[in-house]
Amino acid sequence: MTDVLLNVSGVSKRFGGLQALSDVGLQIQRGQVYGLIGPNGAGKTTFFNVITGLYAPDSGRFELAGRPYQPTAVHEVARTGIARTFQNIRLFAEMSALENVMVGRHIRSGSGLLGAIFRTSTFRAEEAAIAARARELLSYVGIPHLADYKARTLSYGDQRRLEIARALATEPQLLALDEPAAGMNATEKVQLRELIDRIRRDGRTVLLIEHDVKLVMGLCDRVTVLDHGKQIAQGTPAEVQRNAQVIEAYLGHGNGHDATAAQEQPA
Amino acid sequence: MFGLMASPHLSDHFPLFAAMFPNGLHTPLWIVIPLAALLAGVLGVLLGAPTLRLRGDYLAIVTLGFGEIIRVFMNNLDHPVNITNGPKGLGQIDSIKFFGFDLGKKLNLFGFDISSVTLYYYLFLVLVVVSVVICHRLELSRIGRAWMAIREDEIAAKAMGINTRNMKLLAFGMGATFGGVSGAMFAAFQGFISPESFSLMESVMIVAMVVLGGLGHLPGVILGAVLLAALPEVLRYVAGPLQAMTDGRLDASILRQLLIALAMIGVMLLRPRGLWPAPEHGKSLPAKGDAP
Repeated sequence: MTDVLLNVSGVSKRFGGLQALSDVGLQIQRGQVYGLIGPNGAGKTTFFNVITGLYAPDSGRFELAGRPYQPTAVHEVARTGIARTFQNIRLFAEMSALENVMVGRHIRSGSGLLGAIFRTSTFRAEEAAIAARARELLSYVGIPHLADYKARTLSYGDQRRLEIARALATEPQLLALDEPAAGMNATEKVQLRELIDRIRRDGRTVLLIEHDVKLVMGLCDRVTVLDHGKQIAQGTPAEVQRNAQVIEAYLGHGNGHDATAAQEQPA
Repeated sequence: MFGLMASPHLSDHFPLFAAMFPNGLHTPLWIVIPLAALLAGVLGVLLGAPTLRLRGDYLAIVTLGFGEIIRVFMNNLDHPVNITNGPKGLGQIDSIKFFGFDLGKKLNLFGFDISSVTLYYYLFLVLVVVSVVICHRLELSRIGRAWMAIREDEIAAKAMGINTRNMKLLAFGMGATFGGVSGAMFAAFQGFISPESFSLMESVMIVAMVVLGGLGHLPGVILGAVLLAALPEVLRYVAGPLQAMTDGRLDASILRQLLIALAMIGVMLLRPRGLWPAPEHGKSLPAKGDAP
């Protein structure tokens, strides 16, 4: 019996005259790495922003771990158990790497103003626990030596890792990564792949948006392909790769007179 | 920080209420301070609410504007019901008394006379230390981190589950609370207060102190405040000789302002992040980000 973690159906979103998403849905099993791919402008990030509450959907049903949730406020979604990273890295640039991860512990801790002002023993214990967990996570993603550096000064690949550590700090049920491999070199991609593999082995579910088809095909258990806001295929990577519609979306029509389309193949 | 500018204007009048009402309802200090803090905090939140969507410079402009609105409002609040006594201000405010000491009178301690002003000086010094400690502790707390996160990147902060609206209102309330307490102290020290005690110039000076010292770095802000408070006094002695050289054609006060302006322009050109900004590398303790 499978255990559905995220069940989303009938999601539509319109920006003015552009139908960015029409009737998109997907089901993610617990413990899977789920890939969401599609050509540029297919609506991947829009879909992502909708399920994490950044954009209000025009319609759609959302269920996390069997409980319906309304993606109306971003911070509520994070509390519900979906943590995300951003396509264009959004770290807290002037804060140290450790502090960045500590911010992620915000919703899993509860001390307030008075506790902080009077330094109560509960407050001190909680702070110590937050810092310890944050260091643990930095080691987990492989950058423990950078804890005291400002996020701004980290290398690109390390910033990506830090963002993942920060998202993991919220103890999410679903970790949603928006193009984590974008702009990475080959070595960094291999390391990223190992990291995501490890996150899956440790029992977390991952939703992965990616441009790099090779990475997705090697890593994901299931894949959904979007094109022009519509879902055109769904299945295991091998199935999707053989799907005629997917090939058409990526390569253009196969009837010979559309020679330019073949050059537009991403990645 | 910005909430502070708007609300002292209001909260300052609070002890006066107490002092004025039926011929001196001499409210003791222990009630006035929490009330002033609470009232200022609540008003800070109320003023903060409409500005939640603003950021940076725009927020600063709006809060300074609020400060002016409230000053003018208070200035005219002498009719139909005379609450603030308008521009005439409120006088004869009780001095601060606690543990049987009256800070308004000379204190005779072991044969030494300690004047009232000196006593207030030490009281205020203690309060400054207390507020610095509070700020420092907040900076290193879950709440301080949330504030910093909002300052750095609001969307990312939300994605981390931080309720940015509540955290911003809390920042406003906190800033205003400091303002409320210090306002109450100021009123008791001066014994007189009117809306004109809090002109736009005061608010601008406070912003200048923060920016000059180093935005988001506690020691820097303190340095900025000390410098801007002390600089006019030091420059007074520079202005004197200069004035003599020009046969008194230079107005001393204008000259002083001019020198301050020059000093500030110099600082901004040479150290755009402030005199003592947060450290760049290594063990960094950036920012009390209470100005969202």
